[in-house]
Amino acid sequence: MNRTRLAFADGFNIARRNMIKVRRVPEILISVLVTPVILIVMFAYVFGGAIDIDGGSYREFLVAGVFAMNVVFGATFTGAGLAEDMQKGIIDRFRSLPMSRSAVVFGRTASDVVYNVLTLAVMAGAGLLVGWRINTSFFEAAAGFLLLLGFAYSISWVMALVGLMVPAPEAVNNASIMVLFPLTFLANTFVPADTMPTALRVFAEWNPVSAVAQATRELFGNIPAGTPEPTAWPLQNPVLYTVIWMVVLIAVFAPLAIARYRKVAARS
Amino acid sequence: MALQMISVRGLEKSYGDVRALTGLDLDVAEGSVLGVLGPNGAGKTTAVSIMTTLLRADAGSVSIAGIDVAEEPSRVRSIIGLSGQYAAVDEHLTGFENLDLIGRLYHLGNKAARVRANELLERFHLTEAGSRPVGGYSGGMRRRLDLAGALVAKPRVLFLDEPTTGLDPRSRNDLWDVIRELVANGTTLLLTTQYMEEAEQLADEIVVIDSGRKIAQGTAETLKTQTGGDRIEVRIDSELDREKTERILASVAVGEVVVEGRVLSAPVSGGPRALSIALRNIDDAGIDLSDAGLRRPTLDEVFLSLTEAETHQLKEAG
Ligand SMILES: Nc1ncnc2c1ncn2[C@@H]1O[C@H](COP(=O)(O)OP(=O)(O)O)[C@@H](O)[C@H]1O
Ligand SMILES: [Mg+2]
Repeated sequence: MNRTRLAFADGFNIARRNMIKVRRVPEILISVLVTPVILIVMFAYVFGGAIDIDGGSYREFLVAGVFAMNVVFGATFTGAGLAEDMQKGIIDRFRSLPMSRSAVVFGRTASDVVYNVLTLAVMAGAGLLVGWRINTSFFEAAAGFLLLLGFAYSISWVMALVGLMVPAPEAVNNASIMVLFPLTFLANTFVPADTMPTALRVFAEWNPVSAVAQATRELFGNIPAGTPEPTAWPLQNPVLYTVIWMVVLIAVFAPLAIARYRKVAARS
Repeated sequence: MALQMISVRGLEKSYGDVRALTGLDLDVAEGSVLGVLGPNGAGKTTAVSIMTTLLRADAGSVSIAGIDVAEEPSRVRSIIGLSGQYAAVDEHLTGFENLDLIGRLYHLGNKAARVRANELLERFHLTEAGSRPVGGYSGGMRRRLDLAGALVAKPRVLFLDEPTTGLDPRSRNDLWDVIRELVANGTTLLLTTQYMEEAEQLADEIVVIDSGRKIAQGTAETLKTQTGGDRIEVRIDSELDREKTERILASVAVGEVVVEGRVLSAPVSGGPRALSIALRNIDDAGIDLSDAGLRRPTLDEVFLSLTEAETHQLKEAG
């Protein structure tokens, strides 16, 4: 077998191990499966009735935003999981094995894609229950989900680096609240950006999370008829803008995270 | 001459200002067991980490089965097994899942990894516990599982860093049995320990290290004779006989006679012979004893005297 195949096999086996842990640690299962459902239902009933959108249903508008927020927050698992691994005894075993040096990080980001697939599945189910609908073709809808997963994957690499830099797993949660909260709220995830004060609006328009939400809304057909065309370039080309962010984030953070892992694992 | 499985030359390593290794040399022949004995902080874990590719040395070299660890770490990793000072197991996985994962990461293939995992669980008396998460294991069970993990790929050279530290005597004995069995099957073993008894029980040869370098080397037997050797110890019935007894002991002693109350002791060489001469003379002088015997130093005493001498020398030098 050649090196690339071995590296893939190693990454797969690490991901498989992370998935076994999900079954044993109920907190993870709750965050992956229960919290997103609560968020969908809560947002739909708390804000859904209070906010009106011209010519459409706020609930339909909202659901894609909650999708985007949740998969972005899912990246916290990547960071916390890696930080925890680095503290536990098992990392010493991994270090002494003739396995690929990047497998621990690759395997971790891969298992988080599985988390996100599960999260999206239950959120979509909950969304359908509160009145969200896909109004486009199967392929457009599939593209919407893929875009969400892809963007989440790129954020996973950012959090992977964070997880390998912090002294303890708890610090990842702080970092994620400091970074991911503004990123997901200063965006059009829950309300259209047009009503925000100028500085905030510009930030929201160029925020990649807004583009993800906008792109999925378009791909699911959740943009109410009569909504004015966005004026900012990122929101006019949300799919392209999201893909650019994905590629850049992965190209920058994947090598950094892997290098950081090697450095931490070498401890010299 | 047997092949040198482990060969360490002039190893140095510092952590900032702390000099953990200061020129360590070691040799372990194929199929033999070396016990590396040293107090806390002597540099044992540092040395093992370098030998097992986990850490880079500042200077010096290590080769395992002729392969340089700095040049070809992954080749070295594929022929060694390591059970470190702290059990390297995953708490959330079962015993079986831990070993199965290790087998897969050694690229044994999924089926072979499974078979090997079950084989090892049985050998280490963990078959029943094998389906439970490791989080619920006792210290001894974790240690055994960790050792099993080190053996998954049938390594030619095994490193055990303080394998029984923190275990109760029963678990310690169990683990010793397992280690003896491995050695009987021809595995080359380097074992570190703080316990003289452990080194004596398991190792063919003992290297005593302190402050990052070797201060003595030999079998348990040679180490005992090197540092002081035997002493005659007698207890007299009456205080009045003290001076006479002291004179008799001095005539066979190779050093100073020590008197503590009614107990007198004297260092001797050729222990049993010196003892019988001394006892005959004491008897001839009409002195009554309540106890008499030859005391060999325990290895712990040897160890203490060696490390103390070292500290003393260092103080004089610095
Ligand atoms: N990562 C580290 N950073 C700083 N000092 C260390 C580190 N690891 C070990 N040391 C120091 O190096 C010396 C040798 O440690 P170690 O190899 O762990 O000894 P042992 O295993 O014999 O107890 C000790 O003084 C220890 O405090
Ligand atoms: Mg140690």
